[in-house]
Amino acid sequence: MNVISVQNLTKRFGSFTAVDQISFNVEQGEIFGFLGANGAGKTTAMRMLCGLSLPSSGEAKVAGFDLYKDAEKIKKNIGYMSQKFSLYEDLTIRENIRFYGGIYGLTNAEIKEKTASLSHTLKIDDKLNTLVRALPLGWRQKISFSVAMIHKPKIVFLDEPTGGVDPVTRREFWTMIFEAANEGTTVFVTTHYMDEAEYCGRVSIMVDGKIDALGAPQELKEKFSAKDMGEVFLKLARGAKRGDD
Amino acid sequence: MKVVSVKNIEKIFKVGKSTVTALRDISFEIEAGELFGLIGPDGSGKTTLFRILTTLMLADKGTASVDGFDVVNDYKQIRKRVGYMPGRFSLYQDLTVEENLSFFATLFNTSIEENYDLIKDIYVQIEKFKTRKAGALSGGMKQKLALSCALIHRPSVLFLDEPTTGVDAVSRKEFWDLLRNLQQQKITILVSTPYMDEASLCDRVALIQDGKILDIDSPKGITKKFNHPLWSAQADNMFKLLTDLKSLVEVNSCYPFGQEHHVTFKDVRESVNDMQARLHKLGHTSIKFKKIEAGIEDCFMDLMKG
Amino acid sequence: MKQFLFFVKKEFLHVWRDKRTMFILFGMPIMQILIFGFALTNEVKNTRIAILDNSKDETTAAIINQLQASRYFDVQETIQVNSELVPAFQAGNIKLAIVFPENFQEQLLHTHSAAVQLIGDATDPNTANTLINYASAIIIDYQSNLRNQIKFPYTIKTETRMLYNPQLKGSYNFVPGVMAMVLMLVCAMMTSISIVREKEMGTMEIILVSPIVPIRVVIAKMVPYFILSAVNIGSILLLSVYVLDVPIRGSLLLLVSECLLFTITVLALGLLISSIANSQQVAMLISLMGLFLPTIMLSGFMFPIENMPLGLRIFSNIVPAKWFYMIVRNIMIKGVGFEHVWKETLILIGMTVFFMVVSIKKFKTRLE
Repeated sequence: MNVISVQNLTKRFGSFTAVDQISFNVEQGEIFGFLGANGAGKTTAMRMLCGLSLPSSGEAKVAGFDLYKDAEKIKKNIGYMSQKFSLYEDLTIRENIRFYGGIYGLTNAEIKEKTASLSHTLKIDDKLNTLVRALPLGWRQKISFSVAMIHKPKIVFLDEPTGGVDPVTRREFWTMIFEAANEGTTVFVTTHYMDEAEYCGRVSIMVDGKIDALGAPQELKEKFSAKDMGEVFLKLARGAKRGDD
Repeated sequence: MKVVSVKNIEKIFKVGKSTVTALRDISFEIEAGELFGLIGPDGSGKTTLFRILTTLMLADKGTASVDGFDVVNDYKQIRKRVGYMPGRFSLYQDLTVEENLSFFATLFNTSIEENYDLIKDIYVQIEKFKTRKAGALSGGMKQKLALSCALIHRPSVLFLDEPTTGVDAVSRKEFWDLLRNLQQQKITILVSTPYMDEASLCDRVALIQDGKILDIDSPKGITKKFNHPLWSAQADNMFKLLTDLKSLVEVNSCYPFGQEHHVTFKDVRESVNDMQARLHKLGHTSIKFKKIEAGIEDCFMDLMKG
Repeated sequence: MKQFLFFVKKEFLHVWRDKRTMFILFGMPIMQILIFGFALTNEVKNTRIAILDNSKDETTAAIINQLQASRYFDVQETIQVNSELVPAFQAGNIKLAIVFPENFQEQLLHTHSAAVQLIGDATDPNTANTLINYASAIIIDYQSNLRNQIKFPYTIKTETRMLYNPQLKGSYNFVPGVMAMVLMLVCAMMTSISIVREKEMGTMEIILVSPIVPIRVVIAKMVPYFILSAVNIGSILLLSVYVLDVPIRGSLLLLVSECLLFTITVLALGLLISSIANSQQVAMLISLMGLFLPTIMLSGFMFPIENMPLGLRIFSNIVPAKWFYMIVRNIMIKGVGFEHVWKETLILIGMTVFFMVVSIKKFKTRLE
């Protein structure tokens, strides 16, 4: 079953076409890697899929809802986390959980239960009342992923979730992603770490606003006769004409 | 000659009522002309160390010298000699490419013409945008401009704090090529990065975590020290393989690495066939084990465990 | 030197490229002068009043005539009975009512004394006070004319003269005040913001790791705002003289030098703020709360300092704008020379040196 289906999705800013007729489907429970050089149009595309920006043309359904008509319903069914913004640094972990739980309409009892289960799985029982600011980056990212999942969304969008995180925590983070996917959540993720691209079920690589390659990492490596995804990426992105940002 | 020498540096920050030790007893030396990498995740103390060496911060303990000058007493001398590119883009966004460059040239009492040969290779790539405001440049261009500005006074030591963070793989590769060229101009380069795969591009690296140096050596030297057999494991269900391997008592460590898992066993003599049999019993199919050489990341994680 | 000049040039580019801010910087003083000069005036002109004349004789008619003839009052309605007074005030039709008792003239002629009641709308106490004063003055004026006619032996004639500002124009008061406000905003706030912005952007890091001497950075930052302020001082003075008819009675040279001195004082204050603040918002808040409000409240230009409680009176002494306000008022309106403002000038110089020294001492050569 497709939870994301995109057809000829396009976004233009004036004469500049940031996203140029992209089409793809993502299945339920899939880990979908969304790669591209800086400024290839990843962020713009992701914003459209999250219902934050209206496409110029094309069709798209996210979590079963139309992008044009039901943007608000989409927002209820997705989770979002980015490296730049995730948790409020001047609130404690508990307060952050309560806040996001409240936003997604969880009852007080549910929030309490979530807080308990979350602190148990992440082993942060003694840190619940610590300000987020005082936590190491890796912890923060793991917590904010859990918070993004608090309302059991059908799809979770992760924008460079592991940038700058140490290698062990990075893998712990991906283990959390694997678990979420295993339980049926669709994971839509961008990353600059090419080894992480290999963790994905399928990967798309955007170049100059278009999707130039789409497939399982193994397929892509064979197709571009490359030894790893890094090489695939370099071969494709080298051809990029337009500057980033 | 030692261009950078750091002895027992310690730095403690106050965060509210508690204190955070950013650097613990750091010591190392860098030879002239070396391309030295400081490799570690965010929050490991890289930026603090750079700020101490560029005289922007005072250490709580220990001494350090750059180009023969003490970072505390001779800070004015050091400021004439080093080039520094801070972690985030730190140029004037409302000034054009050319204005930025000539501003930094005059700041160091020199001119673009005087040292043009040094930045030529980098600057030609952005010269066609010289009347464009720096804020309107693309990420890769900004980075090249920032590097040009840091080089414009022909520094003897160049400090680059996470120049490749958040930059895509193509721009990263180009940037490292530029650094290799600069090294031939006899500039000592200190570069920090959270990307482990960039370690192999340095002459020597220091792995840093939680303010402590885990190891300092050439990239080869570091991977050679990985002293137990390392195996890559694959099976049809990779996620189940990961959890199962982690739960086996015979397994010392298991980390996902791209499309395989890197595994070490508690007993170095452990036989792969026994392992395969155990996994087979757990329902795994097409199990493959392969002996592999450790990479920097394997070593980093191994050292992190203590 | 070249290094320094280039730094100054860079600062000018920043100001020049930020068109919106520049528009505010140049537009604001003009707006303020015009608003204060024309709109916000507490002068009394054609105020609507009501008269309840219970006597209706020659004397009351003459007094009413004089009230009507003055440009201050516009006799709006003649009320017949007492009970109409309150509704008229409530409706806001009138600000003042004058009530003559019955047999006003008779009483005045026979007993040489008669009472007239003045009722003011004191929801705005200042205006009420002024209106009552004007009305009393007109009545007293009439009375003294009367006395002259009947040649009463003992009369004390009061003759008022409003020195320096005979028309009691508000703009005489506002121009020096606006000047202080504008300089506070342009110099203190903009300088502090421009320095703090470099800290926020991270450019300060690179500048610190360069051989440039910190004091030069600081002075280079001040130059553009100093020049901007000079332009603003010029435009304020021109507007005052040619549009608001405020005279410059004293020496123009002295006035301008005092303004420039105050500009430097405020620049030093801006510098001090930048050494405390770490973000542009904080810098702006400190400038507004710590400088702008005291300038408005405690410089004497809005509220007379003499009427304040002792604590505030003492506190007002550390507000530089207070001294500047005194100096400018004395030079512009009173037309006095340096011999009458040297004390205030000295205080300003003292403050400037103090702020400069503290902020340069506090300017860090490192992060931290």
